[in-house]
Amino acid sequence: MIRLEKRPNPSRLWTALTPVVAVVLTMIAGGILFAALGKDPFEALRTIFWDPLFSEQFAAFSRPQLLIKAGPLILIAIGLSLGFRAGIWNIGAEGQYIMGALCGAGLGLAFYPTQSALIFPAMVVAGALGGWAWAMIPAVLKIRFGTNEILVSLMLVYVAEALLASAALGILRSPEGGGFPGSRNLSQIDAMANPELIAGTGMHWGVVTGFAAVIAAYVLLNRHILGYQIKLTGQAPRAARFAGVNPSMLVALCLGVSGALAGLAGLFEVTGPAGQISIDFNSGYGFTAIIVAFLGRLHPVGILLAGLLMALTYIGGELAQFMLGIPAAAIQAFQGMLLFFLLGVDVLSNYRIRIGKGAPA
Amino acid sequence: MDAINPVILIASLIVASTPILLAALGELVCEKAGVLNLGVEGMMIFGAICGFAIAVETESPLLGFLCAALAGAALSMIFGVLTQFLLSNQVATGLALTLFGLGFSALVGQGYVGLKAPATPAVPFGPLADLPVVGPILFSHDAMVYASIALVAAVWYVLAHTRAGLILRAVGESHDAAHALGYKVVRIRLLAIAFGGALAGLGGAYLSLVRVPQWTEGMTAGAGWIALAIVVFASWRPWRIVLGAYLFGGISVLQLNLQAAGIKIPVELLSMSPYVITIVVLVLMSRDRTRTALNAPAALGRSFHASS
Repeated sequence: MIRLEKRPNPSRLWTALTPVVAVVLTMIAGGILFAALGKDPFEALRTIFWDPLFSEQFAAFSRPQLLIKAGPLILIAIGLSLGFRAGIWNIGAEGQYIMGALCGAGLGLAFYPTQSALIFPAMVVAGALGGWAWAMIPAVLKIRFGTNEILVSLMLVYVAEALLASAALGILRSPEGGGFPGSRNLSQIDAMANPELIAGTGMHWGVVTGFAAVIAAYVLLNRHILGYQIKLTGQAPRAARFAGVNPSMLVALCLGVSGALAGLAGLFEVTGPAGQISIDFNSGYGFTAIIVAFLGRLHPVGILLAGLLMALTYIGGELAQFMLGIPAAAIQAFQGMLLFFLLGVDVLSNYRIRIGKGAPA
Repeated sequence: MDAINPVILIASLIVASTPILLAALGELVCEKAGVLNLGVEGMMIFGAICGFAIAVETESPLLGFLCAALAGAALSMIFGVLTQFLLSNQVATGLALTLFGLGFSALVGQGYVGLKAPATPAVPFGPLADLPVVGPILFSHDAMVYASIALVAAVWYVLAHTRAGLILRAVGESHDAAHALGYKVVRIRLLAIAFGGALAGLGGAYLSLVRVPQWTEGMTAGAGWIALAIVVFASWRPWRIVLGAYLFGGISVLQLNLQAAGIKIPVELLSMSPYVITIVVLVLMSRDRTRTALNAPAALGRSFHASS
């Protein structure tokens, strides 16, 4: 007879250990999955987790990719984690990411071909505002009408995708694109480009902002009354209300910040690695960031590490697709599995496992 | 507007609504038992590919639907074990189920892109189907359309008029009280989750076998989320699920028809309309807080642990 016994306080040891256990379990389950696909599981796992970093053949190309992919994931996940901590579920980061990119790119392209050092900063502000505004829709509806923010923010992803298609085919379409959908290549226009800051590292403004967000979130959560209120609301909503926390303010703040960060991620992506507004320039970072936030235990430093790990699965996944013919979708399933295992082993942080018959509950 | 034939429109809105109807009905039962499963989209798409694959391999749509229901239920059990035994957060686990379902179904569906599903035959109503207006609207659908309505009736009857339904609702209203009365809360919830998964799977298979009928990655395109919204819209009442689903099916069919008819409204505006209208409806439903709050199961989304 196996019983669960609630711990008086979550175990610190297990809270830190569960992500590691989850990763190991995912690797085992992933190995089984790859074996079922008829691939050598050890080779597949080595290709995904080891080769991008250490193989002489690929590392030179892959290592910079690590920061390029991790940047937007960390940036978005930091924003989401604030809300998740307070029980405010913003699931629509993908839409906010798209709207940030659209607003920022739209502003920049409106000034084309003006070259001014002010254009890129203005685009950054527009990107953040675009994401913020898109996130404020579920926030305002929740505050004013009590509408479920999960469903509204998610519906807005599909609306944003329709707007993206419209922009790529319509107003933002490059006049020199020969009729193909997609905007001008922003990364090749000096005033609008988000270039690699240190050659060969993959470091661009989005990555810098991501690191800054990690530090800011750490300070906010540990040294600021707002961070305390966020944590308190998540753990004891009633107590938080007695302690004078304004729930409406918290909803607006958490959704707004996560929207702005997602918008920034979209802007940096479209001016850098992606280069242009195209129908499918968004690559699901907004959804993967949810996994990153949980894998990082909603903790800024944890999110930093989780973002890097998740970026590795993207790069390794591409490599595995190229080298072993493992379908791209396998990586997505793999990432979903990781979240399952994490949520599953999480029980160890909050409960003790007792084997044998105890006192009846 | 002349290009749109109202009879064909209504007949096709029924087809368009059936997937969301099935998924929403399953979620309703699940939520009545106090479990918020946000993985509907994932279970739907997994049902879509499993149903499609089996139907293509066996050339039997019936087997396809059956396996889709089993696949949806099987996938929902991951959610069930995690939330009921390992006490994980229902919101996060449901999201994980959707993310996993989207990826896993794309993986399973690798070899099935571009194939055509075997036709699901209409139920032969004989001369009834040839009646003008009524025939095409009521009597020329496949068995799943009628089965979905029958399921609504069955769910309504069971929830409202049977002991099993009473127990299910008790578990959803207060798991502690139900536990104290000696009901197996976890077991009942697992059954409700499995039922929800099976219906989501059926809904998905209806998409890939009848509505589209093809397999494409991500083909549910938010239908599972709209199903979740419809449960709120219906304020957890079975018959209002039908109303909600047909309303949304109607919108999505109408926007397709308007696109085809070349009406001077931008295509993007039309294609985002089902999602925008879902938001508007959610707002209208949530505005009156007391009423929705009264109808939502009291223990919705809360984990149950016998010691706490």
